[in-house]
Order: sequence, then C-alpha cells, then structure tokens
Amino acid sequence: MLWLLVAAGPASWPGRLLGEARGLFSYRFMVNAYEAGTIVAVMAALVGWFMVLRRQTFAGHTLSVVAFPGAAAAILLGVSAGLGYYGFCLAAALVIAVAPRGSAAAGGFSQESAVIGTVQAFALASGFLFVALYHGFLESVNSLLFGTFLGITNGQVIVLLVVALGVVAVLALVGRPLLFASIDPAVAAVHGVPVRLLGGVFLVLLGLTAAATTQVTGALLVFALLVMPAATAQRLTARPAVSLILSVGIALGVIWVALAIAYYTPYPLGFWVTSVAFGLYVAATLSTAARHRDARRAAHLTGLDQAA
Amino acid sequence: MAVQSTDTETLPASTMIEFEQVAARLDGRLIWSGVDLAIEPGQFVALLGPNGVGKTTLIKIALGLLAPAGGRVTVLGGPPGQARDKIGYLPQRRSFDASLRVRGRDIVRLGLDGYRWGLPLPGLGGGRRREAARRVADALELVGASAYADRMVGQVSGGEQQRLLIAQALVRDPQVLILDEPLDGLDLPNQAAVAALISHICSRHKVSVLMAAHDVNPILSYLDQVVYLAPGGAVSGPPEQVVTGETLTRLYRTPIEVLRTSDGQLVVVGVPEPAARHSDRHAG
Repeated sequence: MLWLLVAAGPASWPGRLLGEARGLFSYRFMVNAYEAGTIVAVMAALVGWFMVLRRQTFAGHTLSVVAFPGAAAAILLGVSAGLGYYGFCLAAALVIAVAPRGSAAAGGFSQESAVIGTVQAFALASGFLFVALYHGFLESVNSLLFGTFLGITNGQVIVLLVVALGVVAVLALVGRPLLFASIDPAVAAVHGVPVRLLGGVFLVLLGLTAAATTQVTGALLVFALLVMPAATAQRLTARPAVSLILSVGIALGVIWVALAIAYYTPYPLGFWVTSVAFGLYVAATLSTAARHRDARRAAHLTGLDQAA
Repeated sequence: MAVQSTDTETLPASTMIEFEQVAARLDGRLIWSGVDLAIEPGQFVALLGPNGVGKTTLIKIALGLLAPAGGRVTVLGGPPGQARDKIGYLPQRRSFDASLRVRGRDIVRLGLDGYRWGLPLPGLGGGRRREAARRVADALELVGASAYADRMVGQVSGGEQQRLLIAQALVRDPQVLILDEPLDGLDLPNQAAVAALISHICSRHKVSVLMAAHDVNPILSYLDQVVYLAPGGAVSGPPEQVVTGETLTRLYRTPIEVLRTSDGQLVVVGVPEPAARHSDRHAG
C-alpha cells in the first residue's frame, strides 16, 4: 500500500487517509480494539442471525444486561472481569434454558416469559448495587453500560478469540438442525432433531456471545451487533447462506467504521456502533420497501393492460 | 417399491402400519384402547372421530413420538420411530408467521437434509447439492407449487402453504404419508384441490396415506379405508360399509345422516339438534 502513498503524494486524500490510519494503529489500545471488535462482530453476526430467526432477541438482550452485574461483581471481588462477564452470562443462559416455557402457541421456542424480564430488572439493579459497594467508580458504569474501546487488554483479546472459535465451531456443527428446529420444530422432531437440547445449546452460545459483545459495545447496546446486522441482512435477502454472509459483512463494516469515528470524537463507542447499524437497517428497509412498491405498481399496470 | 429390511423378525412387506389392540394414555388418563388397524401399500386411509378423541395421539404413536400404553405397533416392518426417512409427516395446524424470512423452497429443502449435523462443504458436495436441488424441484413440481416456491413462506395463501408442506413431506420419497387434519382452515375449492392432490400422489406414486380429519366429505370419494376412532376402540372398513348414518350417530353422539348425491357420491351431513337436547347432553 506504500506505492499509493508514493504515487499520490502525502498531501492528497489517499495519502492523508493512510497517514491517519497508520497513526490510529500506532496505538496498542486501538489495535486491540479493532481485533476485539472484529472477533466480536463475526461471532455476534452469526449467533445473532439465529437469534433473530428464533425470535429470542429479548433473551439475547437480557443475557447481555446480566454481564453488567457480572463485571461489577468481578471488580468488587477483585477477580478478572472476564470471569464475571462469562460466568454470569453462562449462568443466566442456563436459567433461561430450564425456565418453564412461555406460550406453546408461539411455536414452543419463544422465550418471552416473565422470568426473563424479572432476571433483566434484577440484573440491572444488582449491577448498580455492586458499583455502589465499590464506592462509586462512576465512569466505569458508563463504559460497562455503553461500551468503550479504551483499555481492552491483550489477554482480553486472546480470550475473545478462543471463545469465538469455540462458539463458531459449535454453530457450524449444529447450524443446519438448529435452522430446521427453529423454523419447523414439529417436523424437525419427527426427523430426529433434538429440538429442546438444541434450544439449550443455542442459549449457551448466545450467553457467551452476549458476554463477549458486551465488552465492546457495553451491556445495553449489544443489540447493535447482535440484532441489527442480522435483521438488516434478513431484510435484504431470504436465502440462508447469503443472508448469513451478509450479516457478517455488515457487522464488520459497522464496527470498523464506528471505531474509527469514536477515535476522533469524544462520544461513546456504543452510540456510534448503534447509530451506524441503525442507519444501515433503515436504509435496507426503505430500499426493500421501494422495491416492493415498484414491483406492485408494475404488477398492477400489467394487470390493467391485460384487462384492457 | 423400495426393498424392505432383511431383519428376520419383520413382517412381510405388505402391511405398512399395523396396530394390534393398542391403547393410549395421555396425562395419566386412558383415552382409547383396543384399537386394531392395518394399512396396506397404496391405500388412502382416513382417520375420523370427534374432536378430542385422540386422533393426533394415534398419529404420534405411529410416528414413535409417544409410547403406547398397551398393544403392539408395527410400522414398515419394525417398531415405530425407526424408518424415519420412509415416512412423511404433516403436523396439525401448522402455519408460518407472516414475517418469517424463509422461502418455501428452503422449507422443502430442510425436509430433505435439515436433520444432518455439520455444514455442507461448498466445494466437495457439488454433485450432491445439485442432486438435492433436483429432488426439491421434483417435489415442488409434483404438488404444483413451483410458481411460488421462491416467495416468503409466511406470505403465500393457506392452500399454497399446505402444498409446500406436502412437498416437504414428500421430498424424501416416503412410502407412507401421515397427515394430521391438512384440510383444516382451507376454503372449499382449496380443500377439494388438496384432497385431489393427495389422492393423485397416493395412487400414482404408490404412497400409503393416513389422514386424520374431522370432516370426511372432501375426501370421501378417494378413500380406500375409513377408520373411526372412539374411546372404546376403532371401527374400520371400506367407506360404503362404515360410513352409515347409524354408525356415525352412535360415534359422534349427535344425529348424522349419510346421503347419496345424483352421481352416486356419499355425503355426510350433521342434523342440527333442538336446543333443549343439546344442553341436556352437556349436563349428562
């Protein structure tokens, strides 16, 4: 890429852009932030795709909110924050997995039950308690809830990588039967797919993903990477393989752009991640709505031609 | 016909599904017992009975999803739940959410290999992928759903959805098709069309069909055998013998008449009860 610099000259805009990028990446914390963001984006896009399909977004949001007291408790007890994140999210995932079903009419896998809402409220309240017990590190509340790209350590990145590889490997193994069980549980059961067990396995994967994503976007804004890229991709296409790849692409684009903007502005990372993701979602919705309107209009016109 | 297993204990490959004095228990309550049933290859069999008698339970026992409380069940020469790839199943009242972003074609494809673990490798399975796509296309062609297979499954009409689901049940070339009230919620023309399609599949492709229904009229002219399920057992036989006013009145405990149309078809009609008798029945 240096030839670009040489050819265009350091004062032209590609040269300046390259110079800025090199400046950005000369900081270890930014490199870590980009590494963590990339790993988390890929994992969240894949797991989030299934979560949106299974209508378990409320459970996903709750699992990430649970990370807040997890991290706060870990800081309070003086243990590694990662233990708090992953431990609490895993425990909450298992609680939701064994909780009594909501309404069976919603397909059996809908987790919109009062248990989840209660867990979420309790988690937020406990988190505030732990922070208060630590005699207020108020800035940490902001970064725990809304994300930060400062202070992501090398160790954190390595743990994220290991967790992500594990989650993606399991997802690759169970992806097809999970898709079947999510869309069509009754027939999948007849074909021998263990629908309930897969539901539990997926919740564990979701818990690990929520814990990982929280470390980048903050506990309250995990939706930006877990839901929006997947929802945008599913709006643009219905073919499962294409939709999955698109979801990963959108998530990567979102986190890379958001990190760059957050670097230059004093506003929290979570805000930029959410805004970029939301902007893409709105654009996709408007474009597909316009396409449908044009198709309907064309069909209407041909109908008129035939009638005439 | 496909080659049956060579297990020496299995029956000769004549009876597809056989029930001998089977009883069923649900939530600890015995809902029916003493049921005998035999479905031969290529037969179109209707399973009839009032709502709540346990037709879905009988189907679940045949599929191996529920264990019988007594008696012996033999499906395709072995215990139920074994020959999964030779049985196509359509559960009751299944409809997809209008916003579900999955195509009809993908629903059918999942019926083919959705239960397999692991991902299909892009480079290696090229030939197998083409073969799978061809089988899906054949199943869609058979049910006449090729035109709307690429639309979102939640946005096609009820009759079209049923055709896609029948294609899903057929995509593995089953020998037996088990349908749980597939005509529920369809309007009359769609009921007639889906019934004709099932009958065509049964006769042309030699697939045995067991269909639970609570309204027998749309399918009466296609049936080879009728099975009436009641708490005390089951009555089965050809429609002309079993579908009579006396049998139905006794089974449903409400006046029912069986009439013959001008071209010889049988039609079942429920006679409305006077109000006084209706409330007495619920009090008793």
